[in-house]
Parts: sequence; C-alpha cells; structure tokens
Amino acid sequence: MSKAFNTFTNGLVRENPTFGLVLGMCPTLATTTSAVNGMSMGLATMFVLVCSNVVISLLRNLIPDKVHIPAYIVVIASFVTMVQLLMQAYVPAIYETLGLFIPLIVVNCIVLGRAEAFAAKNNVGLSLLDGLGMGLGFTISLTVLGAVRELLGTGSFFGMTVYPDNYGMLIFVLAPGAFIALAFLMALVNKLRR
Amino acid sequence: MKRLESNLTNMLLSLTLVTLAAAALLGGLYVMTKEPIDLQKKQKQEAAITSVLPAVEGMTIAEPEQVDGLTLHKAYKDGEWIATAVETEENGFGGKFKVMIGFDKSGNVVNYEVLEHQETPGLGDKMTFWFKNADKQGQNILGSNPATRQFVVSKDGGEVDAITAATISSRAFLKAVNHAYNTIAAAPVEAATGASQQVKTDTIACDTLVVEP
Repeated sequence: MSKAFNTFTNGLVRENPTFGLVLGMCPTLATTTSAVNGMSMGLATMFVLVCSNVVISLLRNLIPDKVHIPAYIVVIASFVTMVQLLMQAYVPAIYETLGLFIPLIVVNCIVLGRAEAFAAKNNVGLSLLDGLGMGLGFTISLTVLGAVRELLGTGSFFGMTVYPDNYGMLIFVLAPGAFIALAFLMALVNKLRR
Repeated sequence: MKRLESNLTNMLLSLTLVTLAAAALLGGLYVMTKEPIDLQKKQKQEAAITSVLPAVEGMTIAEPEQVDGLTLHKAYKDGEWIATAVETEENGFGGKFKVMIGFDKSGNVVNYEVLEHQETPGLGDKMTFWFKNADKQGQNILGSNPATRQFVVSKDGGEVDAITAATISSRAFLKAVNHAYNTIAAAPVEAATGASQQVKTDTIACDTLVVEP
C-alpha cells in the first residue's frame, strides 16, 4: 500500500516532471501562455502517459529488448493520435490553441522516460499510478506556470479579469517570459522543498 | 513470465503485432471522428460567412467559387447579388493565416473573421479584433473601402493604424484585405448568373476583334 502511495506522490512532488526532473520543457514553455492552455496541455499529456504506461506495462514481457524503443514509440504515437482526433472532433477550441503541440507529445521526454524507467519494469497497477502521479504533477505545474504568466502578462486569471490588461507585462506572455517565470517558480519550489 | 528473447522471429512478430493493433485502432477511431471533425469545420466556416456578410433576411449564399486562389462565397437576395465573403490566405509574422472578409455591393468592408493564424500571442493575434474597433476610426476598416481609403499602415504612408508593436502582422493583414478586394473588383458579378455573363463579355471582345480589320 505504501509503495503504491509513494509511486503516486513521487510524480507530484519529489520527481515532479517540470520542477524536479526538468523534462518536457518544450511544451512547458510554449503552451503555458494562459492557465487554461497549460491545464489542457497537462491533461492531454496525462491521458497519453497513463494509457501508454498501462499498455507498455502489459506488453513489457512480450516485447524483446532489442526492439523495445520502436514498439514503445508506436504505442505512444497511437495514443497521441487518438487524443488529437478526439480533441479535434469534440473540443475544437482547445485543439486550435494547442495546435502543433499535441502531436509533439509523442516526443515528450516524460512519456518515453516513464515508459522506459518505470512501466517496463513494474506491474500494471503501479504503472497506472505512476502515470497518474506524473501526469497530475505535470498538469499542476503547467497550470501554475500558465496562471502566473497569464496574471502578470494580461491581468487575468483563468480568463477572468483581475486588473486591466494595459498594465500587464507583455513579456510574460511571450517566450522570454516563459523562461523567467519558470526560473522563479523553480527556485521557489526548490526553496520550499528544503 | 520471462521477457521474450531478442531473436529475429520474436522481434518481427512483436513489432508486426504492435503496429497492426495500433493501425487497426487508429483506423477505427479516424472513421468514428471523421464526421464530427468535418461538421466542426463546416460549421465554423458557415458561422464565419454569415458573420462577415450584412444581415439581410432571405439571403442565399451561392456555392463557393475559386478565383485567383481565393474562395468567394457570393450572397444573393431575390436573384440579385448583394455581397461577397472572400476567404483569403496570407503570410503573417508567424506563418500563414486565413481570414474571411465580407464586402458589400459598393466594395465596403462589412466585417471580417480571422479563421486561422499563428501570430504572436498578445501582439499579432490582436488582428482578430483590432481592425474592427468602432471606437478608434484610425484602425477601424469596417464600412470603408480600399478604393477610397488607402489600406496601408500609417507608418508606410497609408491611412490605417497598425497594431501596436506588430507592424508586420498588420501589413500582412491589410495586404490580404487588398488582395481580396482587388480580386472581386476585377471580376464584378451583378446578376445571379455570374458565369454566363463572363462568357458573354468574352464573345463581345471576340466580335470586336473580327470587325476591326
């Protein structure tokens, strides 16, 4: 029981993909222009992570070592394409904002990283929990980063206006702001974790 | 259970099975989602067409036509042409963007709708509303006409105020509007039978040519 709990919280705090492992920086920096965008990207990644972890854990003994990477990539890419088709069909607004970054989940280091480091060595239950924990950790950190950038950049919080956007610091919506916000948040998380 | 040995048969079998299963799954899902995806695209386009055309009751929209790489959606009322929605594409700051622009009979811009774009968030993406701000006539292009007003950013000597800190996006946007206007101005359509009229003018030109020598 405690192992299951540890597996789950591992991704949330100790090995948080963004602030702990510093993996998957490309979508982290690019899609967090607002809290909603960050959250949607996090949830899409979480879906892929959970599904691919479960499937890879199920198949782990059926796939010979020498071809495990191509097999894993096929599994991951299939789930990403599924997410892409489903989002395009049922939530077109979010699909448009995230656009290019959905197919890029395929090469997100977190997904392949967890498949290699965890799902290939553990049973289905633990892999599911690991996927959930990591996915949730990624979602939370992307949402926080998105919220900070949105608040400082455009003066709103989850789309609600907090102060007029004329006073917003535009740089936080742009790429340099992503690096600045991420750096400060990472420093803060490291300080709190001590 | 022990992991399968990495011999040729095992590798071939496992990879084939994995890819086959993935292909079957994705094929199925593609067929399932094709309909809603097409519906979404169609709805979005129809919504854009109606929002850029003047609100006239009993208006019918003709089948789209391709002219000079642009898609024209002509609107008729009682068989008479009243307005055209033009779908055009242009290179912006961050890649191609698509915009639907509605022109009325006299060539004035009725409204526009940016369909797709990759402009910088916070700067260039303001093009979705910047040029239809009724409170700021300097940047508003609605109700005016590229023939009487220069649709060029004021920085380049024109009469439209560019988006703050996004001159390239603004230039591209106005270029798209001008392109759309020039296309419909070059091929004016008065009656519902635009195609046959086109043929008629051709014949006249031909006749003249025969008579002259």
